[in-house]
Amino acid sequence: MTKILIDGVEHDLDPTLTMLQACEAVGKEIPRFCYHERLSIAGNCRMCLIEVKMGGRPGPKPVASCAQQLRDLPPVKEGQPLHELVTNSAIVKKAREGVMEFLLLNHPLDCPICDQGGECDLQDQAMAYGMDHSRFSENKRAVPDKYLGPLIKTIMTRCIHCTRCIRFAAEVAGVDELGAIGRGEDMEITTYLEHAMASELSGNVIDLCPVGALTSKPYAFTARPWELRKTETIDVMDALGSNIRVDARGREVMRILPRNHDDVNEEWISDKSRFIWDGLRRQRLDTPYVRKNGKLAKASWGEAFAAIAAKVRATKPERMAALVGDLAPMEAVMALKDLMVALGVPNLDCRQDGAAIGLGPREGYLFNTRLGDIEDADAILLIGCNPRTEAPVLNARLRKAWLKHDAKILRLGAPADLTYPVMELGDDPAILRKSSGSEFARILKDAKRPALILGMGALTRGDGAAILKAAVTLGGETGMIGPGGEGGWNGFNVLHTAAARVGALDLGFLPAESGRDIFGIVQGIGEHAIDFVYLLGVDEIDMALMGNAFVVYQGSHGDRGAERADVILPGAAYTEQSGIYMNTEGRAQRANRAVFPPGEAKEDWAILRALSDVLGKRLPYDDLIALRKKLVLEVPHVAVLDKAPETPAPDAALWREIGAAGPIDGGQKLTDAIADFYLTNPIARASATMAECSRLHLGGGLKAAAE
Amino acid sequence: MSARRLAAEQPASFAFTPENLAWAKQQIAKYPAGRQASAIVPIIWRAQEQQGGYVTEPMLRVIGEMLGLSYIRVYEIATFYTMFNLAPVGRHLVQVCTTTPCMLRGSDDVVAACKKMIGPKPHTVYGEGLWSWMEVECLGACVNAPMLQIGSDYYEDLDAASTEKLLADLKSGKAPKPGSQIGRHSSEPRGGPTTLKEVKA
Repeated sequence: MTKILIDGVEHDLDPTLTMLQACEAVGKEIPRFCYHERLSIAGNCRMCLIEVKMGGRPGPKPVASCAQQLRDLPPVKEGQPLHELVTNSAIVKKAREGVMEFLLLNHPLDCPICDQGGECDLQDQAMAYGMDHSRFSENKRAVPDKYLGPLIKTIMTRCIHCTRCIRFAAEVAGVDELGAIGRGEDMEITTYLEHAMASELSGNVIDLCPVGALTSKPYAFTARPWELRKTETIDVMDALGSNIRVDARGREVMRILPRNHDDVNEEWISDKSRFIWDGLRRQRLDTPYVRKNGKLAKASWGEAFAAIAAKVRATKPERMAALVGDLAPMEAVMALKDLMVALGVPNLDCRQDGAAIGLGPREGYLFNTRLGDIEDADAILLIGCNPRTEAPVLNARLRKAWLKHDAKILRLGAPADLTYPVMELGDDPAILRKSSGSEFARILKDAKRPALILGMGALTRGDGAAILKAAVTLGGETGMIGPGGEGGWNGFNVLHTAAARVGALDLGFLPAESGRDIFGIVQGIGEHAIDFVYLLGVDEIDMALMGNAFVVYQGSHGDRGAERADVILPGAAYTEQSGIYMNTEGRAQRANRAVFPPGEAKEDWAILRALSDVLGKRLPYDDLIALRKKLVLEVPHVAVLDKAPETPAPDAALWREIGAAGPIDGGQKLTDAIADFYLTNPIARASATMAECSRLHLGGGLKAAAE
Repeated sequence: MSARRLAAEQPASFAFTPENLAWAKQQIAKYPAGRQASAIVPIIWRAQEQQGGYVTEPMLRVIGEMLGLSYIRVYEIATFYTMFNLAPVGRHLVQVCTTTPCMLRGSDDVVAACKKMIGPKPHTVYGEGLWSWMEVECLGACVNAPMLQIGSDYYEDLDAASTEKLLADLKSGKAPKPGSQIGRHSSEPRGGPTTLKEVKA
């Protein structure tokens, strides 16, 4: 610790803090444009100038406080006063005003038509340090706009060259694509020959841009920040549970922004999470439908419920089944389970992709290392997992682990560019069993904090349970789990792709003892042993497999499930209902309602509650509070929101229950779980923005532009 | 100075000659492992020479791949240094220094001579690829100002007449003598020594 005066008050601070951080730590605000906590330090905007008095004497000139640490100051001489950082003197104010005047020389006065207006760093800081007129009588510089893809709109004349976007792309996103050409008076930010940025995290440069040079293309000219109603909620596009803020006006979601959560998403979200919102307006189910003479016809809630009730009464419980999709909140899953249990239906499953998880202890399907701690791992084995498509924000974390301490990342699966060096181990899962003496096992064994991440690409195979078992065994041998782990380190992780999955598994939405799982249900339909299927937002299975069964689809979008359904019950999307989601690490978080569901659509739990009444099995909760009370009784760890489970104590017996013995089919290659990152759920498939991204990035458009 | 951007028309490809490739590998080998990118400026310079005096877009990609750099990083460097020409130049590239000392000593006359002899516009190839001229910043020969550079030779102590003669010689295929055009050996005073006269050479 080092003693220093800040504006005349003595403080004892960590010498590795930069002067800017030191001033912030004691509550002094320092204006800045280029400095950003999560990016490297550039020191090029000069807005953070402060005065440094050494030994009581004024310094020769103001200092860029972001680029110097406290320990860079010379030691204090005997008998002399402490060094002092001055943030509020006339010199500092004048220096910053000078910087601001230069920044504004070439900055256009188009705030009234700028989408950044009202949330612009330059605008805000010009209020404090700007002049009311300009002494610059020459022509302003004009810069041609650049094409950066369908998500990012550029108005490059506004750019103040802070280089935050360049540093983000190179450091966090790991795509070294943005750069500054013609450095000097004609500096311009661009990608190489203006091709679209090939990153799943590209939208974050919009938030990073302190001015209106990079703005959201789909959101352009639609709303002003002060007319939006802001709702803090949770993202469901992947299983990370990224913290987001949904901005709505009237009944429409206008945009989605990330919220800071150091242990989950830092302050990034993927492009899918950010730009999905136009999908919330299209293809919506806003009224119940009943299939009459082979055609879906609009119906009232009463008619729809009556149609379901007639079928349920005519069907034995063993011949009925219920499936839960990827986006359902825990409240809806519990209501569906309670209803099915009351009806005596044994055939329940929440794993529409057929993942071999959920049996045995909770640790067997959680991301036990926790998202915030995975960046401390020094060797990470990815098994059938492509984090870049399954959880782009997690991929940035893994990249950080590589950047921070050169973590070795090994991958079992089809080769892919993950934005950091990966040791590819091929796509034969059988090598997990033959690890003894192999190089990858040695790397994992030598690591202090080894981890593995098991993806849905491995678990959804026919031999998924055997791979799970093999992974647990490998984890035990290499010190990831069990007593070998260092200081409670648990390196066994499952990365889910569905936001609803962990919550549904925690609720035990799984086949009863005599019941069928997803494969059994599909087989049963084929053999005419299942006549009734209830789909709660299930859209990722081939609907041809539903055969002649009577299908009830409850969900928000007219996608695959609704197309096949015999009765459609319109539900709310994740922005339209309050619901608890358990993320992949077992952290319960509550999503909140930003807007009301369209038309006749209702909250998912309320639909099930109403249906239960019609079916004569009234569920014992009349409101969300009562429902949540029961939810906490069933899943006690829901009671504490936003807390990932503590690393469990090593317990070999516990791990033995996970997975199942059996052959691993080495002939069947490991593949990625997600073929098209931009179209993984019904909301994304309804979004024109996502369709455009998919066409551009996966339809060969990008390659053509780069050539 | 106008904004430095790649020319609109670009050749389809670029490949180093075997000699230049060997030379480039030698340059890369000078740097410790992981720092190969440091060789970028000499390599672009050599590639520019091979291309006949300017940098092309396929060249940037070839160099990027050679050094393990993303294309944009090579592009950044090529657009920063003014010694890299981004559009075709003549076989004889006449670079006239117009920085303060040369300007005070009459570089305006040298520029006028270029306009007269070569063509009115800088950065433009005249005479069917024969030559082009441009103004450049200080070339470091201020003591013999004004001066210009053709290829890799300096021509110093110029005025309107000597520049025109120089360029006429160049056009007719003669090789003008580099260095001072008024017979100075290097940068000694005009008209012989003014001090240390008693010292015999």
